[in-house]
Amino acid sequence: MMSDKSPSVIVMRGITKRFGSVVANDNVFFTLQKGEIHGLLGENGAGKTTLMNILYGLHQPDSGEILINGVHSHIKSPHDAIARGIGMVHQHFMQVPTFTVIDNVILGLQPFYRPALDRRHARQRLLEIAHLYGLSIDPDAYIWQLSVGDRQRVEIIKALYRNVRILILDEPTSVLTPQESEDLFHTLRRLVENGLSVVFITHNLEEALAITDRITVLRNGKAMATLPSVHATKEELASLMVGRQVLFDIPTLDLPDVSVNEVLSVEKLSVKGDRGSLAVRTVSFSVHQGEIVGIAGVDGNGQSELIQVLAGLRAPYEGRFFIKGREMTNASPREILQAGVGYIPENLEDALIPSFSLLENAVLDTHYTPPFSRNGVLDFRNIVRHARALIQSHDVRVPDEMAKAAVLSGGNKQKFIVARALARNPQLLIAAHPTRGIDIGAEEYIRNLLLQKRKEGMAILLVSTKLDEIMSLSDRILVMERGRIMGEMLREEATIERIGMLMAGSEA
Amino acid sequence: MLQKIVLWTHKRTSNWQQMPDWLSSLLVILLAFLIGALFIIAIGASPLAAYGALLRAAFGSVNGFAETMIKACPLLLAGLGISLAYRAQFWNIGAEGQIYAGGVCAAIVGLYLHGLPTFAHITLTLLAGMIGGALLGFFPALFKVRLGVNEMITTLMLNYVVIQVVAYLLHGPLRDQASGITISPQLLKSAWLPIVVERTRFHLGVLLAVGLALLIHWFIYRTVLGYQIRASGENRRAARVGGIRVNWVIIWTVLLSSALAGLAGAVEVSGVQHRLVEDFSPGYGYLAIAVALLGNLEPVRVIFSSILFAALLNGADAMQRAAAVPVPVIYVIEGVVIVLVAVSIFRRKGSL
Ligand SMILES: Nc1ncnc2c1ncn2[C@@H]1O[C@H](COP(=O)(O)OP(=O)(O)OP(=O)(O)O)[C@@H](O)[C@H]1O
Ligand SMILES: [Mg+2]
Repeated sequence: MMSDKSPSVIVMRGITKRFGSVVANDNVFFTLQKGEIHGLLGENGAGKTTLMNILYGLHQPDSGEILINGVHSHIKSPHDAIARGIGMVHQHFMQVPTFTVIDNVILGLQPFYRPALDRRHARQRLLEIAHLYGLSIDPDAYIWQLSVGDRQRVEIIKALYRNVRILILDEPTSVLTPQESEDLFHTLRRLVENGLSVVFITHNLEEALAITDRITVLRNGKAMATLPSVHATKEELASLMVGRQVLFDIPTLDLPDVSVNEVLSVEKLSVKGDRGSLAVRTVSFSVHQGEIVGIAGVDGNGQSELIQVLAGLRAPYEGRFFIKGREMTNASPREILQAGVGYIPENLEDALIPSFSLLENAVLDTHYTPPFSRNGVLDFRNIVRHARALIQSHDVRVPDEMAKAAVLSGGNKQKFIVARALARNPQLLIAAHPTRGIDIGAEEYIRNLLLQKRKEGMAILLVSTKLDEIMSLSDRILVMERGRIMGEMLREEATIERIGMLMAGSEA
Repeated sequence: MLQKIVLWTHKRTSNWQQMPDWLSSLLVILLAFLIGALFIIAIGASPLAAYGALLRAAFGSVNGFAETMIKACPLLLAGLGISLAYRAQFWNIGAEGQIYAGGVCAAIVGLYLHGLPTFAHITLTLLAGMIGGALLGFFPALFKVRLGVNEMITTLMLNYVVIQVVAYLLHGPLRDQASGITISPQLLKSAWLPIVVERTRFHLGVLLAVGLALLIHWFIYRTVLGYQIRASGENRRAARVGGIRVNWVIIWTVLLSSALAGLAGAVEVSGVQHRLVEDFSPGYGYLAIAVALLGNLEPVRVIFSSILFAALLNGADAMQRAAAVPVPVIYVIEGVVIVLVAVSIFRRKGSL
């Protein structure tokens, strides 16, 4: 449907960006045509976010030029980018949680000397935009009440409200359920029908092939190729990304039977959410040694609150839970960690201190125990050894362990967090979205690692919005909907249809 | 000149926010002095002469340097305390009150504990000051972690309370009846900090403070509690997820922080005044906030920023006398430093 004659709205030519010794973008050539969805693929740390941050004015390139509608442009700041019609939705949204949707959308647009906000006009525009592009949203809801998917739509509306013609989305689907992703694709198609252009970053090859018109693949900061999506195949893209052949079949491990030893047992647990209402309603289940229990469900159906309670971060309202037979209902996060639990939180911001080096981050959950400290003094010799081991064994792409966590690419942060949690050798691993934002190669690696750990006897509670992940890893699957466990099934009994029905709230 | 520096740094880092923070601190100081110079020119005086007088007074003689250093001492101690608290994102603005509380406790021990050998008496006097300061910091910390009460309000209010209590004590129980003004009698000689440089007031407390700065540097970066203070301040939630007992860390941080401010008061009383005086701190506790921020909450850098502010305090009078430039020009310089430091902190925070 795209003709090659479509004018380029963006041309990035010879873009190079260095961070110290790291070449994040190396002489990259990238064009975006009017009315196309352009996929940007590449391994973790390939330079996708950096390239788009440059287009959005967050970084200045060391060399290279940018043409917007054929005109040489120097984009000084995000503000400048928006003024030139370029908007970007990052993975982490900048929103004021105590403001309503509408106030977040018009935030910063009103000159400060005109205090009376014209909300009525704004609401009307907002609703028009939402309607035109199929973005369902309640303009008067508060941000803190919204799910991640809702908040992403707010971010998109924010950009459209500012009349952008080019929309950059950095891994938008990594936080979405399959259904929410479908809705997003629907919106994107509407956008391009209306003459906008979209850059879409993803690690999901099927998605990229399904939704994009053209795809550019980055590898080690270099643009390897730009190709029309209709002619591309998964295998071709994968080998462009990693520089070698990639196998897509998951090896079926010959797994031993689940033991009878209960590691986690949850009894009639109810939890109140931030909104004060019950987010988890009388949930009971258990996880055994050498077993992976997957919790499927649309984001925001109580999974977050449930695992926060299990990690000691939130007080339960009713009910109890036991770890290896010991009641831990009101234990602190530290007590739970020390009872042999590893925890991969939903948001990677909750697991890293951005201004700390990787060295310091490597021991965030262990620094108060030997061998990393003795008598209250940190032992850096052991910490260095540990950090290097984490980085090397999990292929975290970073110049050295002294780098600040903030400079890691999204996927590399996640790899680091998973590595750290597994290095504790926990008896129970609570893993929320362990492969979020991780590239295809590393995703396989982590999934296999989890299976390996299961084989060694680890009990794993897995929360994920990726159904294929739940289905390929779990021995047992629980489906959560509005705080309740709607159904429980063994892997053999599970089908996408059955889980989908339960997720939507109907008894199967 | 300034423009050149700015351009140079701009090119070097290609991004204002990536400028190393020591450089931005230096630029802030430079800019403050330039703006001060504009005021001096507006008055019709010569900035060179004025700043020359200031520098000579602050560093030009042994005695001048000693006077600068004994002013830097309480600024440094309180600044170190504030740095610790701010690292944990506990916005202690009660250092002034903590200084007075420390001064009072030190004075009481210094006045009434007879018959001790010098070393023991000095140690106890300083310890009393630390305990006094810590006591004053404890309650805001407790209210913060237990009830979520904003610490800025509680610490600030306590300043006024303590200053009134000191006034009461000096009008009543602690007053030196022989004197016409509201001061306490002199401390026992055994509670005086020894003088290090003869024929000046340069006392041992200055060296103690510098030593403590180095110790605290080590503490922040090498100990478990130091790590937890930084982690809790940078990302409370991640710290909690990692098993750090954040509330407990905050309480300890504030105790240390206010003990250091209390020590500042004790050192001033036992090293300089040798008695309790009503206004013995010319706002050290507030100035120490600027000292800590200009030093970027880095203990070793706080040494230098405390000396800078002490030099301004110390040289101001000389500048007025020698170059006919009124003292408030110094306040302008201080003010500009504070504002620019605040701006640069916000810029950096905003970019995260
Ligand atoms: N501010 C920064 N300072 C230093 N290095 C950086 C900075 N930002 C990115 N990098 C480095 O640049 C490289 C490219 O990072 P980028 O975030 O663009 O990767 P990405 O392709 O988006 O990866 P992911 O799929 O993991 O999100 C990485 O090696 C990263 O560590
Ligand atoms: Mg990225």
